[in-house]
Amino acid sequence: MGASHSGPDTRELRELSEKTGFSVDQIENLNRRFQQLSKNKETLRREDFDKVTDLDVNPIRAQIIEAFFDKRNYSGMQTGPVEEINFEQFLTVMSHFRPLKARMTEEQIASLRKEKLQFLFNMYDIDADGKISLEDYRHLVEDLLSRNPHLGKESASVTSIADAAMLEAVTIIKGQMEPHQVYEGMTFEDFVKIWEGIDIETKMHVRFLNVETPHFCK
Amino acid sequence: MWLGNLPRSSSRRGTYLFLLVFLLGTVLPLGVASSPDSHGTDAPQDTKHEASNGHGHHGNESHTAVKKAFPVLNFEYESVRLPFEIALWILLASLMKLGFHLIPRLSSFVPESCLLIVVGLLVGGLIKIVGEKSPVLHSQIFFLYLLPPIILDAGYFLPIRPFSENIGTILVFAVIGTLWNSFFIGGLLYGVCQIGGKDLEKIGLLPNLLFGAIISAVDPVAVLAVFEEIHINELLHILVFGESLLNDAVTVVLYHLFEEYAGVGSVTFLDVPLGFICFFVVALGGVFVGLAYGLLAAFTSRFTTHTRVIEPLFAFLYSYMAYLSAEVFHLSGIMALIACGVVMRPYIEANISHKSHTTIKYFLKMWSSVSETLIFIFLGVSTVAGPHSWNWTFVICTLVFCLVARVLGVVGLTYIINKFRIVKLTTKDQFIIAYGGLRGAIAFSLGYLLPPDHFPMRDMFLTAIITVIFFTVFVQGMTIQPLVDLLAVKKKQETKRSINEEIHSQFLDHLLTGIEDVCGHYGHHHWKDKLNRFNKKYIKKCLIAGDRSKEPQLIAFYHKMEMKQAIELVETGGIAKIPSAVSTVSMQNIQPKQKVTERALPQLSKGKEEEIRKILRTNLQKTRQRLRSYNRHTLVADPYEDAWNQMLIRRQKVKQMEKRMNNYLTVPANHPDSPTMSRARLSSDPNAYIPKPKAGIPAITVDPASPQSPESLNLVDELSKRTEEEEEEGIVMKMHTPSTDEVFTSNNAEKEQRLMRCLSDPGPHPEGEEEEPFLP
Repeated sequence: MGASHSGPDTRELRELSEKTGFSVDQIENLNRRFQQLSKNKETLRREDFDKVTDLDVNPIRAQIIEAFFDKRNYSGMQTGPVEEINFEQFLTVMSHFRPLKARMTEEQIASLRKEKLQFLFNMYDIDADGKISLEDYRHLVEDLLSRNPHLGKESASVTSIADAAMLEAVTIIKGQMEPHQVYEGMTFEDFVKIWEGIDIETKMHVRFLNVETPHFCK
Repeated sequence: MWLGNLPRSSSRRGTYLFLLVFLLGTVLPLGVASSPDSHGTDAPQDTKHEASNGHGHHGNESHTAVKKAFPVLNFEYESVRLPFEIALWILLASLMKLGFHLIPRLSSFVPESCLLIVVGLLVGGLIKIVGEKSPVLHSQIFFLYLLPPIILDAGYFLPIRPFSENIGTILVFAVIGTLWNSFFIGGLLYGVCQIGGKDLEKIGLLPNLLFGAIISAVDPVAVLAVFEEIHINELLHILVFGESLLNDAVTVVLYHLFEEYAGVGSVTFLDVPLGFICFFVVALGGVFVGLAYGLLAAFTSRFTTHTRVIEPLFAFLYSYMAYLSAEVFHLSGIMALIACGVVMRPYIEANISHKSHTTIKYFLKMWSSVSETLIFIFLGVSTVAGPHSWNWTFVICTLVFCLVARVLGVVGLTYIINKFRIVKLTTKDQFIIAYGGLRGAIAFSLGYLLPPDHFPMRDMFLTAIITVIFFTVFVQGMTIQPLVDLLAVKKKQETKRSINEEIHSQFLDHLLTGIEDVCGHYGHHHWKDKLNRFNKKYIKKCLIAGDRSKEPQLIAFYHKMEMKQAIELVETGGIAKIPSAVSTVSMQNIQPKQKVTERALPQLSKGKEEEIRKILRTNLQKTRQRLRSYNRHTLVADPYEDAWNQMLIRRQKVKQMEKRMNNYLTVPANHPDSPTMSRARLSSDPNAYIPKPKAGIPAITVDPASPQSPESLNLVDELSKRTEEEEEEGIVMKMHTPSTDEVFTSNNAEKEQRLMRCLSDPGPHPEGEEEEPFLP
């Protein structure tokens, strides 16, 4: 696995660790994975994700890959897609999936939760207009059902499910609405409201291992 | 309830009086019935009497006995004795349960299990006073008849997600926790026995260890009974409950191991690894047996479309067979039953009719409730009746050691487990887990099973077991609710599964699986995803009938939800219970801005829309009556005009209903008869008139038995298929567009159809009348 690229040195590692919240071991592990995917180049492009064959059966594959290349998921305030990402950006995106640490204050937990919800929001909001509209919801449901070969009448079911879901969500958010008012789309605050009862911070995590995992070269 | 009409004080007195009289009334015949001896002497006389009379009736010539007058009234009890007793006991149990909930405040601070044991004590006492021999809870009856319904109920309705997420923790508590408990208690008791009085010295190490094994297992029946009422949060509930279910394997192995060798007197070192292997065999074997029967049940249910009535029977029989088969090989019957229930549930639910599903649910609940009640009552009765041998040292030490072992075990194991858990268990959680370790009837029955010749100290064991059970159920059971409130433990959140949640959780699953794949390590999501895909690709095809096998989970869930909401609304009558926070959000509020496309239809202003709507509504009221006689569909319905009035009343309700409906449900305009719906229709009324689909006419069936909305949802909107405008206007939010459209079909006014379409967004006014020909 060509070790020609030395990767970030210890000082950079520590910086990254502080910024993203991973431990140094985890960062090294992820770095190895990054090298593997990018064929030891500095940056990762969309095509490199083709190597992860497991993703092929994932119905939301495109959106997951897009999430890596979406500027909204980096620490800045920019929006829009990028063509290639470096390791730091890769790590930043991954850091959204950190589990809760043992001792976290209430505020830390709240901010972690907000971070994760923002990531989710960005994934739902495909057209990046800051709102999740009915169209976005329909795309979402369509994707989720897209892996099913059977659906001949999919459009009807998709639209009905998406509409019901949106209706329900809006009911939670707004409560009462006059018939002539139009609801443009969910903003981030509304989105947070829907997730109120659910502890996303415990659900949305991936176990990042400290020890080296056997990589399957795909 | 007649009780409700009386003033408060007299009603309470009345209830007490009722209970007392009833108790006496049933106990006496029960006591008399239960003892075979008192009838032993009478029986031969009676039968002889019967025989003589019987023969006398047929042929006088063959019998030279004394001829009595033909008995008009006979008393023959022996032949019905057994079923009579059983039925009487079950009746007593159920009436007791009924009685508790009539007493106003008792059930809120005393858990039902305590009350039932008290009743059992009373009954046992009464029987003893009367002088009869009281029935004891025979272990065979307990294990073969009383325990399986409870376990099956638990397994069938086991919440899979939290269970599988916490399976590691549950297994650690169940296996290692129980092992620790048994050895700790057994070992310490042995020590106590050695230094105790001279009675205790005779008890060797092995009997003590056996006793430890029996007493250390947390009992699912008791846990269920108590935790049901305290509504604790899901995590803790599943931890304690899961532990109580899975520790059965450990208990079985330890019990048989020690019992086997207690007779011999010693355990060699070879037996320890054999014990380990036995444990795996017992546990995995039980699960395997359950799995096999579960798959069989699922497969059978695939073919039951024509014999809906016996569908629930298959579910019950296969599960019971799984339990019995496991017991034959001394495998863990409980785990077999759980595995069977868990495995067969998704497939059976996809295959069987809605009514069968309800039947299964209610039968299971009913049986498990009755079983539970009987178990506790019998426990009380056995306490009074059973031979006791009280030994202060032994009993007190047992109690103390049980508590100490439990606390130490939980704390120690949590410390280790928390290193691997994402959601750590807090001290409060640990306290509840430790406090919730209740013992129950399983321990008693296992003790009862001990052969007295090998275990001369059996009576003392039984006494100690009963003391521990009483302590845990009464003290811990009664105080856990106030403690939960005191410690402000998180309660169960009453969230209804919504379509949003389903979408989000599926999305999250896929997202996390994807991220894991990108990271390159095969984590827990990856395997879950693989299992799901395998399930979808191969297993579902075999086990689920027809089209349902390919239905994606999201759509199945959506249908289920629609159905549930529809039924709910019909049941509440629509009118009465419109919640104050009814949302007026409807489809038109969330429609995305329409792209301006060419419409053949003039744009109407709001005022005009209202006018048109009003006109149409009034017209429809008239036209319905007019059209009743010559609409193609109502021609068939003419003979049923009497029922039309019933229809009118129901329509009132429906009008109210749709107001709420419109907020929740959407009608996919092109929605064909999904197999779920058609099956629901078919199954709910086998004689439903199924009209042949005529070209251009919507197919309508009205099944008065089932809620109207699903049928309405089924109606194929012929008109909407024809028009391309369908896309532009979004979703038609009406339930009964087709009906109203069908009215217009006969007039065939194209314009009116289009008007109906554009007016289809329900304003605050109820929509136009629906025309529903009454077909049987």
